[in-house]
Amino acid sequence: MSPSRSLPGRAPAFRGGTARRLREGAVVALLFLCAALSVATTVAITWALASETVAFFREVSLLEFATGTRWAPLFSEQAFGVLPLLSATVLIAACSLAIAVPAGLAAAVFLSEYAGEWTRAVLKPLLEVLAGIPTVVYGFFALSVIAPALQRLFPETQLFSAAAAGTAMGVMIIPFIASISEDALRAVPRSLREAAYAMGATRFDVTARVVVPAALSGVLAACILGASRAVGETMIVTLAAGGQPNLSWNPLEAMQTMTAYIAAVSLGDTPFGTIEYRTIFAVGSALFLLTFGMNVLGQWLVARFQEAYE
Amino acid sequence: MSLAERAFARPPWRRRLAGGLFLAACLAGTGVGLAGLALLAADVLVEGWPVLSWDFLTSFPSRDPDRAGIRAALFGTLWVMALTALVAVPAGIGAAVYLQEFAPRNRLVRFIQLNIANLAGVPSIVYGILGLALFVRTMELGRSVLAGALTLALLVLPVVIIAAQEALRAVPDSLRHGALALGASRWQTVRAVVLPAALPGMLTGVILALSRAAGETAPLIMIGALTFVPFTPSGPLDRFTVLPIQTFNWAARPQPAFHHLAAGAIIVLLALLLAMNAAAVALRQRLSRRGRL
Repeated sequence: MSPSRSLPGRAPAFRGGTARRLREGAVVALLFLCAALSVATTVAITWALASETVAFFREVSLLEFATGTRWAPLFSEQAFGVLPLLSATVLIAACSLAIAVPAGLAAAVFLSEYAGEWTRAVLKPLLEVLAGIPTVVYGFFALSVIAPALQRLFPETQLFSAAAAGTAMGVMIIPFIASISEDALRAVPRSLREAAYAMGATRFDVTARVVVPAALSGVLAACILGASRAVGETMIVTLAAGGQPNLSWNPLEAMQTMTAYIAAVSLGDTPFGTIEYRTIFAVGSALFLLTFGMNVLGQWLVARFQEAYE
Repeated sequence: MSLAERAFARPPWRRRLAGGLFLAACLAGTGVGLAGLALLAADVLVEGWPVLSWDFLTSFPSRDPDRAGIRAALFGTLWVMALTALVAVPAGIGAAVYLQEFAPRNRLVRFIQLNIANLAGVPSIVYGILGLALFVRTMELGRSVLAGALTLALLVLPVVIIAAQEALRAVPDSLRHGALALGASRWQTVRAVVLPAALPGMLTGVILALSRAAGETAPLIMIGALTFVPFTPSGPLDRFTVLPIQTFNWAARPQPAFHHLAAGAIIVLLALLLAMNAAAVALRQRLSRRGRL
């Protein structure tokens, strides 16, 4: 894996004096600490989420949290069912994937199978610009362009809607899905394509029947990692999806996602140590576990397509 | 039926039609992203261009949209980015050098590597929760520039590490062998030969990571940066606001006048990010032309 593997041993190649060996050891120790910082970050995230989440579940039962259909921790008659936030998260992520998966996959197929060198050199950086735009800008875009357009198309659309947020998020995720899928398509060996051409297949046959199926695990990984992105996105949904928990599958309605709830509570002045404050951590833990699961699955699939053709 | 049989089972005109339709669909899909980009740019320019002026850059936020500006946000962004770089760049490059040049091939190192890949996928708002619990509450830094910068430093750390590792991996082994053969120790080899050769790639990665930090909003909202800040920070423990937060603040208001201000702030933010990316490309070309590689 690493080029340094071929170097002899772990000791300096040419043995110097004690001072030099001491200095060398100190440097390596320092570098190791830098690497260990990433593990410390994971530990700290787990600690930060777990300590308050445990306190939360001392007061609210896990069953109510996981199966309750009403989320109203800030009202006098409190309710702690996470399902409305979860359903909004899933619905908006689905909206965004409905745009990003076909568009991203089409872009990947075009760039890897059809585009010439020059077209690719222009199109790829342009698509990557989309990935570099801050999410708050997409939120603004959803509010000022997509929401009015949707209201003209479907007059019953609410001012804030899952569809508006999902559309903006879809555009945001296109380059992400395109780039992972393209990597997977390009990893398919030339020999497979040439064998198909030799049998008289057209470029369409080769692409749709040979290359895409051969890269399927990578394409699937792109979709899962894109979905994880969508689930964890905060600013677009905070700006454009609305601020009320709403257990509904109608994308034209306003609803609040898990991330938007976390952001909304921290916008207000919720005192430390209260149950309202702890809901941030409980919802945050659920979000963390959800995205973590998807990321692990996605990375496993990516590793599979990388292995398959090397 | 085999692929060839299926392909030849249809008349040639149908095969051509299917191919043409497929290409059209691919082009249309690619067009969705480009159209989104064009629409977004046009909207921001049309809405934001009229508010851009010297006064807009140098005025503090105000409840009166005609007199509001982004001075506090601009300075806040520069402060946060400088402090983020100060923490994330040395730590990230150090970690990459360890993993790529010194690490033995054992379970611990494989775990660290896996952990970095996973951290890169953690939603940014979760880093905000970490910042709130660790820096704001436990370390009692308050809602300060330092707390924000440390939170963002942890957020971009995996990005810096991964980019720096890629740059190190691109350095040919022959350079390392040459230095070792001359009697250099491993650290001397890394410091005098490998790091200079990997520098262009590392700088590009670092700049891209920092431009990600400059655009982040959610983690800073978590640590409580969304407040009325009519001053520029004078030290790392001062309160602050940044361009994305100021944009969010204005975009979330119902009055159209504030939407124009939000669009104006977006233009400034995007110009800043564009300049950083251009600098990354220029640096890479300049440094690699010097002939190290």
